Amino acid sequence: MTRKQRRGVLIGTCLVVLCCAVGLVLYAMRDSIVFFYSPSDIAKLDVAPGQRIRLGGLVETGSVKRDEGTTVYFSVTDGAKVLPVTYTGVLPDLFREGQGVVTEGALMPDGTFKADSVLAKHDENYMPPEVAAKLKETGVWRDGKLTGEVATQ
Amino acid sequence: MIAETGHYALILALGVAIVQMVLPIIGTRFNDPRLAAVSVPAAQLQFILVGIAFAALTVAYITSDFSVLNVWQNSHSAKPMIYKISGVWGNHEGSMVLWVLILALFGAAVATFGSNLPRRLRANVLAVQGSIAVAFLLFVVMTSNPFLRVDPAPFDGNGLNPVLQDPALAIHPPFLYVGYVGFSMAFSFAVAALIDGRIDAAWARWVRPWTLAAWMFLTLGIALGSWWAYYELGWGGFWFWDPVENASFMPWLAGTALLHSALVMEKRDALKVWTILLAIITFSLSLMGAFLVRSGVLTSVHAFAVDPARGVFILGIMAVFIGGSFALFAWRAPLLSQGGLFAPISREGALVFNNLLLTVSCAAVFVGTLYPLALEAVTGEKISVGAPFFNLTFVPLVIPLLLAVPFGPLLAWKRGDLLAVAQRLTVAAVVSLFAIIFALATHQSGPWLAPLGIGLGIWLIVGAATEIATRSKLFQASWQESWRRMQNLPRASYGTALAHAGLGVMVLGLVATTAWRSEKIEALAPGGTVDIAGYTLTFKGVKERQGPNYKELVGVFDVTRNGQPVTTLIPSKRSYSVENSATTEAGIYNALGGDLYLVLGDALKDGAHTVRVYFNPLVRLIWLGPLLMFIGGGVSLTDRRLRVGAPKRAKQKSEPVMAPGK
Repeated sequence: MTRKQRRGVLIGTCLVVLCCAVGLVLYAMRDSIVFFYSPSDIAKLDVAPGQRIRLGGLVETGSVKRDEGTTVYFSVTDGAKVLPVTYTGVLPDLFREGQGVVTEGALMPDGTFKADSVLAKHDENYMPPEVAAKLKETGVWRDGKLTGEVATQ
Repeated sequence: MIAETGHYALILALGVAIVQMVLPIIGTRFNDPRLAAVSVPAAQLQFILVGIAFAALTVAYITSDFSVLNVWQNSHSAKPMIYKISGVWGNHEGSMVLWVLILALFGAAVATFGSNLPRRLRANVLAVQGSIAVAFLLFVVMTSNPFLRVDPAPFDGNGLNPVLQDPALAIHPPFLYVGYVGFSMAFSFAVAALIDGRIDAAWARWVRPWTLAAWMFLTLGIALGSWWAYYELGWGGFWFWDPVENASFMPWLAGTALLHSALVMEKRDALKVWTILLAIITFSLSLMGAFLVRSGVLTSVHAFAVDPARGVFILGIMAVFIGGSFALFAWRAPLLSQGGLFAPISREGALVFNNLLLTVSCAAVFVGTLYPLALEAVTGEKISVGAPFFNLTFVPLVIPLLLAVPFGPLLAWKRGDLLAVAQRLTVAAVVSLFAIIFALATHQSGPWLAPLGIGLGIWLIVGAATEIATRSKLFQASWQESWRRMQNLPRASYGTALAHAGLGVMVLGLVATTAWRSEKIEALAPGGTVDIAGYTLTFKGVKERQGPNYKELVGVFDVTRNGQPVTTLIPSKRSYSVENSATTEAGIYNALGGDLYLVLGDALKDGAHTVRVYFNPLVRLIWLGPLLMFIGGGVSLTDRRLRVGAPKRAKQKSEPVMAPGK
């Protein structure tokens, strides 16, 4: 093989691999990214039931209930809207009423949210940045502190 | 007093680092060997000074000196000693001091053991290393000073985040930083070569041990973090494709590519420009990792919550070093001579393939990690890119790479014979085929790809063994002859085989756990039972226990298999009163075929509890694999051809090989 041919093989292989990678990334981008919404966003936007989304906000005080088994019911609020959530499983240690929470799952046809994972940060005073940003919009969160309305409700 | 001493030492270190950055460059520019030689004592002195600062901070932690703000915020007098010490790097400021200490350690190591490096190269390398130290010391002194005082001194501290109070996490950051910061060495060598406009195979021989050492520690550091997440976070997962995990994984991928391309450069004097570029990219990714973790732009279980001013400062450091080195690269790289030629089917060709796939898969991880940040900055929309994205992109890209791994070491340099190598790998292929059939026969459930994954793991392991067998003519020569050859094989061959086999072991663990894990969530009243993977767990009830700095609620579960008692699992929920925080401690039984993993959930009515049980088949292999890679790297480092200080001798010996191979 001449020098030119060798270089051709090398460049050809690189191109093939790169094209595959770009194709995979674009395909995955379309199907597997998850949008982050607050309860207000969900009320405003038309989110289809079954579409995977992340829901963030505060766990509404007094909303956490359990059935006889392992299912937990609670509501997520951003001060303006409230969305009921069901979750089956073990809640994280720092899941508390009035604290920030991020859940992942999908809306059910009846308008409630079925979460299959619940994340709460391992720090008492920590607010996930996404939740803080959304709460700022509704005025519940200011200068790194809860303004108290929702927390004490 | 001690805190002030530490602060003073840190500022002195900054001064020394400025000297180390400026004088050697002037010395090499104007051919003044005395100025260039300043780099050596400067690097050593800088290490001593940063060492004093680190020791001062450690003493403040050990003696619980709460007049120091950082100690007050992150420690408590009732904490066990090991966590008082690990608390030094369990926070942003202290971990930066550790970062700078390791940076200085690498510089001092080159200064001390590099007496046989070309003088100009050594001066330039130490100057570049000094400039990195200047940037980070400025960062510590100006934005993250750990020695600030509080007056009056509080009575007791705030404690350390309880999830960080764990033995694996106590040693995880030092390992990770040795890896991250170790890549600065390859970066400094690359920039020094660009400054000089000269590079040769001896350069690669010098860079490779440093890169290998950094890579080893990064490998083990990541594995330790993953292991910790597995047993401490109580989700039973080992890798979440979380942005902070990706931030450590990207330098690992690029560093692995660098390790292999430096091999081509050392042995065949080819791929010079590419190796330099990779060295720059690898350290740039390390810097980016530091930025992502410390700037507060990410939500993550591992991120430090810090203020944005620091993020801007690190962004500045990144801009200077990444921008500067790429500009230097664009300007100087065309000057570097092209090296030896090779056919596409050859050891070099295989290593190029390795580099191609590693960098492309690294790019896929990069896109998945940064796309949400970019999108939010541009449109304000918030998205998360999780495991499904990476399973669709990263996994298909590395599978061809894993399939090719056993071929690489068996191919000859310059021009290889693919058919002959394929023949040698027949045994490995047959064994893998049997493994696939066995997996199919024993597991009716699970994804159909899983048995193929098991085959891939076995292929890697047997393929690695094939290399040793081929080189020692096992089954071809007499036993004595093979044994003699095995003893004479270079240690680097064993290192390669071990690391590649470790990769296979890890693949086995990943595939088995992901495909065949079983999970159950139940509400159990005392006396209730749950069955999983042939085990029966009986809930005996809960009791309270007092730990050194926490209280815990312990669930007692008897485990039986076929009526025979196996063990008693005691998962618990700990509450830390000082930190006002809680953690879950999973109960884990390490059986031969996998882990029985039990989490105690919330209390329900009448003494019942939610429990979550997993059986994770072969999950330990996920961390055994990286451990083998670490050991393989270590074995390779002891090879006399790689030993630091050996380059001169090795160069003389291998002169004929180095002659132009065109």
